[in-house]
Amino acid sequence: MKKIVVRFCGDSGDGMQLTGNLFAQLGAESGHEISTLPDFPAEIRAPQGTIGGVSGFQVQIGAGVYTPGDKADVIVAMNAAALKVSAMNKHYHDHAIIIVDTDSLTDKDLEKALYKTDNPFTELAIPETVQIVPVALTTLTKEALKDSGMDNKSMLKSRNMFALGLICWLFDEPMEDAIHLLEDKFKKKPALIAPNTKVMVDGYNYGQNLALSVNQIRLEASSQAPKAKGRYTSIAGNKATAWGLIAAAEKAGKHLFLGSYPITPATDILHELAGRKDMNVMAIQAEDEIAGVCTAIGAAFAGDLACTTTSGPGLSLKSEAIGLAVMAELPLVVVDVQRGGPSTGLPTKTEQTDLLQALYGRNGECPAVVMAASSSANCFDFAYQACKIALENMTPVILLTDTYLANGSALWRIPSLAELPEIKPQSVPEELKGHFNPALRDERGVRYWAFPGMEGYEHRNIGLERDAEKGTISTNPENHERMVLARKHKIEQIANQLPDLRVQGNADSDTVLVGWGSTEGHLHAAADELNCALVQFNYICPLPKNTKDVLSRFKRIIVCELNTGQFATYLRGQMPELKIEQYNEIMGQPFAVERIVSYASK
Amino acid sequence: MQASDFKSDQYVRFCPGCGDHAICMALQKSMAQIGIPTHQVAVISGIGCSSRMPHYLNTYGFNTIHGRGGAVATGVKTSHPELTVWQMSGDGDCLAIGGNHFIHEIRRNVDLNVCMFNNRIYGLTKGQYSPTSPKGFVSKSSPFGTVERPFVPAQLVLGAGGTFFARTLDVDMPTTVDCMVAAQQHKGCSIIECLVNCVIFNNGTHAWIADREQRAEHSIILKHGEKMIFGKENDKGLAVEIDPVTFVPKMIVVPADDPRVLTHDATQPDPTLHRLLALMGPTDPNGVFVGGDSPLPVALGVIRNVEAETYDAAVSAQIAEVRSKAKAQTFDELTSTLESWEM
Repeated sequence: MKKIVVRFCGDSGDGMQLTGNLFAQLGAESGHEISTLPDFPAEIRAPQGTIGGVSGFQVQIGAGVYTPGDKADVIVAMNAAALKVSAMNKHYHDHAIIIVDTDSLTDKDLEKALYKTDNPFTELAIPETVQIVPVALTTLTKEALKDSGMDNKSMLKSRNMFALGLICWLFDEPMEDAIHLLEDKFKKKPALIAPNTKVMVDGYNYGQNLALSVNQIRLEASSQAPKAKGRYTSIAGNKATAWGLIAAAEKAGKHLFLGSYPITPATDILHELAGRKDMNVMAIQAEDEIAGVCTAIGAAFAGDLACTTTSGPGLSLKSEAIGLAVMAELPLVVVDVQRGGPSTGLPTKTEQTDLLQALYGRNGECPAVVMAASSSANCFDFAYQACKIALENMTPVILLTDTYLANGSALWRIPSLAELPEIKPQSVPEELKGHFNPALRDERGVRYWAFPGMEGYEHRNIGLERDAEKGTISTNPENHERMVLARKHKIEQIANQLPDLRVQGNADSDTVLVGWGSTEGHLHAAADELNCALVQFNYICPLPKNTKDVLSRFKRIIVCELNTGQFATYLRGQMPELKIEQYNEIMGQPFAVERIVSYASK
Repeated sequence: MQASDFKSDQYVRFCPGCGDHAICMALQKSMAQIGIPTHQVAVISGIGCSSRMPHYLNTYGFNTIHGRGGAVATGVKTSHPELTVWQMSGDGDCLAIGGNHFIHEIRRNVDLNVCMFNNRIYGLTKGQYSPTSPKGFVSKSSPFGTVERPFVPAQLVLGAGGTFFARTLDVDMPTTVDCMVAAQQHKGCSIIECLVNCVIFNNGTHAWIADREQRAEHSIILKHGEKMIFGKENDKGLAVEIDPVTFVPKMIVVPADDPRVLTHDATQPDPTLHRLLALMGPTDPNGVFVGGDSPLPVALGVIRNVEAETYDAAVSAQIAEVRSKAKAQTFDELTSTLESWEM
């Protein structure tokens, strides 16, 4: 097979995220492309065995992988509730294999998962073409650990490793690699290595010796040569974002400062950066979202590469302060890991609904750069670019990622710092010493950065309107209009620094799918099936200069987004002469490729 | 250095007669006395009359948004502990919209010098009551009088674990300068409550002590290591008395030569006495200003001045500590530690 989709699902406490990640990493190390979708509930520990507590992790492995897949080829269901959730949401296709723990289908389990009968398979109307593989996972795990001296509860925690071993056998993944990975994963808890390895190997051997009624699946090696030779690893979007910021700070010769407040699904960036003191990162957990951005603004005023990370509700709280950074013309990187909204909404689900907030959600004429990453791995590149644009253009940059990118992981080619683009912060020229003011601009319209500690550049910065010449407070009507336009122009000229928009897929097609941010993989897969073109945006404000040229080549422009049409609305406003159609889903989930294809085929 | 070195070229736009003029001059004087060069000083403010202050000082300055001066100042000082950072704020900016940042900068003990201008009114928005306006206060937004209990800044500062609290009065230039110099010398979050008069919207709010005739009888200037003596004739002293039934300690006025007269110890870590001192005056038992008369004077000067580890120093020290032991210190070294494979 070229590629397969595996979905691990079980109770929140069953370790499904760990199991899925380990399997994905094994696949990546074997040279396959991967794309993952962690899908977990907002509750940390919902009541055991209930539908609300089901946690899933889906991964697609193989060649030509752009998404975690619409439907699974193999489901591992650790309990009755997980089986039910998979069936209700049609997580698998008609010829899938479902491996289910038969020890977790007792009457009590069925009752907790709200089954009405005692035959779950019939009740769920699982098609006969689906192959059910019953495995007594719990019993076998206990058997594997019977001599370990562990208590019952501890033994049960390793059930996921039996499942992992079994799946490794199914896909013929070598046990040596898996053992090595486990040793690395548990290196801080060495006592866990031996029992987990034992259970996993027993799971593998169970598959091999008992010759389960299923055939092993052999994945073809990726036929596509990787895009570039080099060292690869698997990386989650939030970690990639954090590392992009770290790389940019080092390249720019700036101290990295993060002011942040915990919020799902952005918190992992704070975790990562708080742990990177070895990289000289100063990451502080502020008292609230507003203090997160305001401490960062203070650090930017003092000459640092300053960032704040948040999700939609936090972006709302930060909006006034982002306006201050626009007005004070300070470099600032704001990462918004979007989640389902409005209000508290769907904290652990994905959505692209903060676009208009990022573009327009501030008082006054308040332009800022808005950009979006489009894969878990390129969160690194766009976080890096966000820093570069902010430092070189003295502006806040809002980088949009989302739950799907943040928690999912993908193959990442590890760059060296030397190969990354130069970053030249907009430092103040020496000749302005003694007569500096914060309104002075270069030929691009970008003001200069002088900060405390620099002798001879003392000045006062403000959130009030300032005089275009003197930099002091001004309420003059003509001056205000001049300044509004100067700030607008400053953002517009950034288009000169952006790469051209690229047409992917069949450029000769009449139809183009248009997306932005995290939907690239799904739209790519859909465009392949439709044999049409794809244009995916990473830079939204300003748009790449050739945007209109590119889009006007197509007769049918379908803007696909996980919202009610925010980017479509924006594009219509920018290019009213284009006829723009839209396809939208707002279910807190990534697109399903088949639904896009079905819509676009109409 | 001279006070004039710290004057900016901006015309000072406080109302004629506003107490902020005096605070501005005191700042310039104390900055000159401290002698830190203008380029190493950053003055951060929020919004309000007080927050115009950075414009009049020839240092680095940042007039930010309402209530957030404390958070911005925390960012400046934490990222650059080598700078001297001042925060200019008012009773609205600090205690209402910026209350959260205020208590947290104190709790963390960020090494800031905070001037909190308390005129018990919102001046720049033209006359609404503030969190320090006395109960029943009639203003444009409380035409029938407020029904809410005010904040007592000293209570907030001590409650948040404050290491430095001083109080001064706009018309008392020497004490104001002394408090500012002491705030700068103190390593940690130094709060100076500057009692200022708003001639337009709340004229005479501090008259009980500001009135030249009564000031000596109604206030005491506390000095570390000195006896707590006050009065026109320096004939009165302060002592503590413990109620024999309730065991509640309270301040009392005794003759200046009474052996019970206390000597001020601002460096005492236990805040009990500092609290009793800070709450004196025509106040209720919580220290809320209620007006009328009182035998106890309002305490001015540095009431509390204790040393404790500062947040900014601790953050930098932790980074230096981790970094000194780290194998990887650059991005390329960091990525070399990753589990990776060649393709």
